[in-house]
Amino acid sequence: MADPMPGASNLSTSSPTPGNPTADRARLGIAVGADRPEFERDTSGSTAVGDVRQKLNPAERVWGFEIVRKSTIVLLLLLAWQWGALYYDNPLGLPTAWESHKALFDNLVPKFWEIKEWSWEAVKKACNQDNAPLLIMTYASIKLLLVGYAIGVLLACLLSVAATFTRIGRDFLETLTAMFSPLPAIALVPLALIWFGLGNPNAMIFVLIHSVMWPVALNMHSGFRASGTTLRMVGQNYGLGPFRFVAMILIPAAFPAILTGLKIGWAFGWRTLIAAELVFGVNGDQGGLGWFVFMNKNNQNTDAVFAGLLMVIFIGLLVENVIFRTVENKTVRKWGMQG
Amino acid sequence: MTLQYKTDEARVTATFRVSFQVQRSDRFILLGPSGCGKSTLLKAVGGFLQPVEGELMLRGERITRPGPSRMMVFQEFDQLLPWRTVRENVLFPLRSARGLSRGDANARADLYIEKVKLTKFADAYPHTLSGGMKQRVAIARGMAMEPDILLMDEPFAALDALTRRKMQEELLQLWEGTKMTILFVTHSIEEAVIVGNRILVLSPHPGQVRAELNSVPVSDPIGAKNLQDRISRLLFGEDNKVVSHG
Repeated sequence: MADPMPGASNLSTSSPTPGNPTADRARLGIAVGADRPEFERDTSGSTAVGDVRQKLNPAERVWGFEIVRKSTIVLLLLLAWQWGALYYDNPLGLPTAWESHKALFDNLVPKFWEIKEWSWEAVKKACNQDNAPLLIMTYASIKLLLVGYAIGVLLACLLSVAATFTRIGRDFLETLTAMFSPLPAIALVPLALIWFGLGNPNAMIFVLIHSVMWPVALNMHSGFRASGTTLRMVGQNYGLGPFRFVAMILIPAAFPAILTGLKIGWAFGWRTLIAAELVFGVNGDQGGLGWFVFMNKNNQNTDAVFAGLLMVIFIGLLVENVIFRTVENKTVRKWGMQG
Repeated sequence: MTLQYKTDEARVTATFRVSFQVQRSDRFILLGPSGCGKSTLLKAVGGFLQPVEGELMLRGERITRPGPSRMMVFQEFDQLLPWRTVRENVLFPLRSARGLSRGDANARADLYIEKVKLTKFADAYPHTLSGGMKQRVAIARGMAMEPDILLMDEPFAALDALTRRKMQEELLQLWEGTKMTILFVTHSIEEAVIVGNRILVLSPHPGQVRAELNSVPVSDPIGAKNLQDRISRLLFGEDNKVVSHG
């Protein structure tokens, strides 16, 4: 057998060799112990190290929270906005951060306190005026988004499962995504309006399904394909039926990719919805967030326009940092599938 | 039995007319250098692929597809479901494939987790375990199913030498306790002699049977050394001595 450790004599290390260094050196043909005396130490009584586990000081601990760091970033951005708006002094073009937030809270809930004579009609009017309060507009938007999102995800799931098990299914999915994924959902709105009729919420749902389905299917499918061969063989080894195989092996194994797809799908859907409402002003009977922005732009309430956009941003932050983060912590992070 | 698999360009013959018989409570070893189709052979027994010639029988029944009567322990550490704890990993096939009640399955899972000395880690997720521990969970999972035959595809190949040695001994102890039939694939002559009681030696390209030998008990180091030399001569010719794989 050849030298078991070629080049080992060039090795230098900062910690003493374990085992029997004398014998190792003798084997490598190095003079034993000539210039390097051996030594042993007793480390049991050592107190110089101090506390092995030192507590972080309060500032370090506070800065350790992600929410503190992210809030600081948001706060700095708000300050920059406020300063910039004050500097340009043009409320019609760029209202201050303070004015925009004030507009946000002013428009948030129905103005019940302005009702002089209480009646069912008056309540309905407060909720459903032309310039309806933000919360109701938001609710209208999110309701549609959730329906479209759910159907889109379900269809994507069916498509990618079919694509995983059959070759023709894969060809089908790949062709369809190549065709429709680059097609902007907004471009389908006029067509949807012709098919479903103006003001019919199904038009918007149709467009939402289109914008959610392709990115989710694409990610899901690549997740299924990337899930290890070993795990699939394990599933087959258990003799699981196709349904349980998908639900108990394939989906959890592909979960990191699926989660990415769900996030992208959510963002696509949200953008499409707001843009469609803004441009076409259609969303059933109650407008929606985009409609709110559009109306206030027409009325030259720039601070309310900003309030509408802020609402979109808040919901984005909430979904990403609360909902998706929670799902992530309870799944892929806990399972060690994502850092 | 002849096995072939298809690549994009060609049909490759992995093993050619290999025939062997495993008896109950055997620790049957498929031994050979890489390229002799031993893993392909094991996958065929597992039912993951079909022979183009000949057939595989288990207790008089033809093997046509994968099933829990032939639990498989893979070489890769990622064979455990990362989204389940150690106990859930052992439990899952007991519940879903064997259909045991929750109580029975729990009791049996705990028993086998104890056998592989992982009781302390029963509620840990796989990513927190070392490679050797993961393989022990995989072995516990396979054994807990009490399959007709336990298939092991170089389960210790990815482990370091010390852990590997320990795992071989533990496997023998486990076998003593269960007398389970084991079909074990390895490329290490030393491992074959330690773990097996019967060794099928395969030659490469395509895999063909070179010999079928009885192993010697662990208590006979000289006999073991002689057997290793003999297998080495069979596989590599006269001049080669055993190269230890650790």
